[in-house]
Amino acid sequence: MSQTSAASSAPPRPTELELFLAFLGASLRGFGGVFVMGRRMLVEETRWLTPDEFVEILGVCQFLPGANIVNVSVAVGQRFRGWTGSLAALAGMIVAPAALSVALAALYLHYASIPMVAHAMNATASAASGLIIGAALKMAEPILRKDWVLALPVALATLLAAGFLHWPLIVVLLVMAPAGAAIAWTRRAR
Amino acid sequence: MTPTPSPLASVTQHFLLLSILAIGGVNAVTPEIHRQVVEVSGWMSDREFAELFAVAQATPGPNMLIATLVGWRVAGLMGAAVATLAMVGPSSVIVYSVTRVWDRFRDRPWRAIVAAGMAPVVVGLIGSSGYLLAKGAAADWRGVALTAASAILLWRTRLNPLWMLAGAAALALAGIV
Repeated sequence: MSQTSAASSAPPRPTELELFLAFLGASLRGFGGVFVMGRRMLVEETRWLTPDEFVEILGVCQFLPGANIVNVSVAVGQRFRGWTGSLAALAGMIVAPAALSVALAALYLHYASIPMVAHAMNATASAASGLIIGAALKMAEPILRKDWVLALPVALATLLAAGFLHWPLIVVLLVMAPAGAAIAWTRRAR
Repeated sequence: MTPTPSPLASVTQHFLLLSILAIGGVNAVTPEIHRQVVEVSGWMSDREFAELFAVAQATPGPNMLIATLVGWRVAGLMGAAVATLAMVGPSSVIVYSVTRVWDRFRDRPWRAIVAAGMAPVVVGLIGSSGYLLAKGAAADWRGVALTAASAILLWRTRLNPLWMLAGAAALALAGIV
């Protein structure tokens, strides 16, 4: 496998321990889902993936069952260290939050009925959904810059189908991915 | 007399199956978890399920923690561990196998075309999940304002997202939003 086509600097090759710790850190900072923190960790903090590579891995993971960011951890671990890397990244992603959720469930169930706590949780949920929209905007920028004739209609049609028309995800994927690939095909090698 | 499977065995079986079906993530199968846990098996009340779901959302970590908590409620700590593994195991094996094949086709031209066509679909899907979550969370215009503010801050600055979440909680506790 040739690695020479990578960037000017040496390609990253995190160890199992580094994978475990990085995904652990991202998952424990991931309030309201790890997607936003996971992208920040992989693309901005460690720079293990370029923005394009992140979108590509996420695209493959969207097609497969499982929580997207959990799938991304398995895929990233696989890319750098094979199956031991996948296990390390996956363990970092799920073990601590699972233990924490049980501890918090035992506590929270006493307090969740307090209106103020419920109100604060609701405000946090609003902000968390904004983070996901912000991450989508960040991801959209380089893609639009590269080829907006392809990206803009496909992204908007997907948003419409999934967000407003409530198509089942599998239908969205089976319609939009081939459509996107077909448009990309007609615009190749320009 | 047919032997009744233990709750631990049923919950394991349930999540092993859902793991393979959860295309679009665990949020896509949450209605199915609810159906099984509340309506079919009667493991907990509707209200208990809603509370566990809120705790799962409030805990940092991936969106599959509802599986962990259902396992915990049904069969204790062992149930939590087994349900978690059942929910991520089968899907992870699939992801591992598929990404290995995908990496092998690194230099094929068709892969670049598929990836280019897929990228805007991914962006549209992430945007729509943000929109749907925002719609569910916002009680009035102040919720919408919080969503818009945190979206713009994440998009235009390199501010750590934890500030947006902490800020929203602080504004709510102070009675401002």
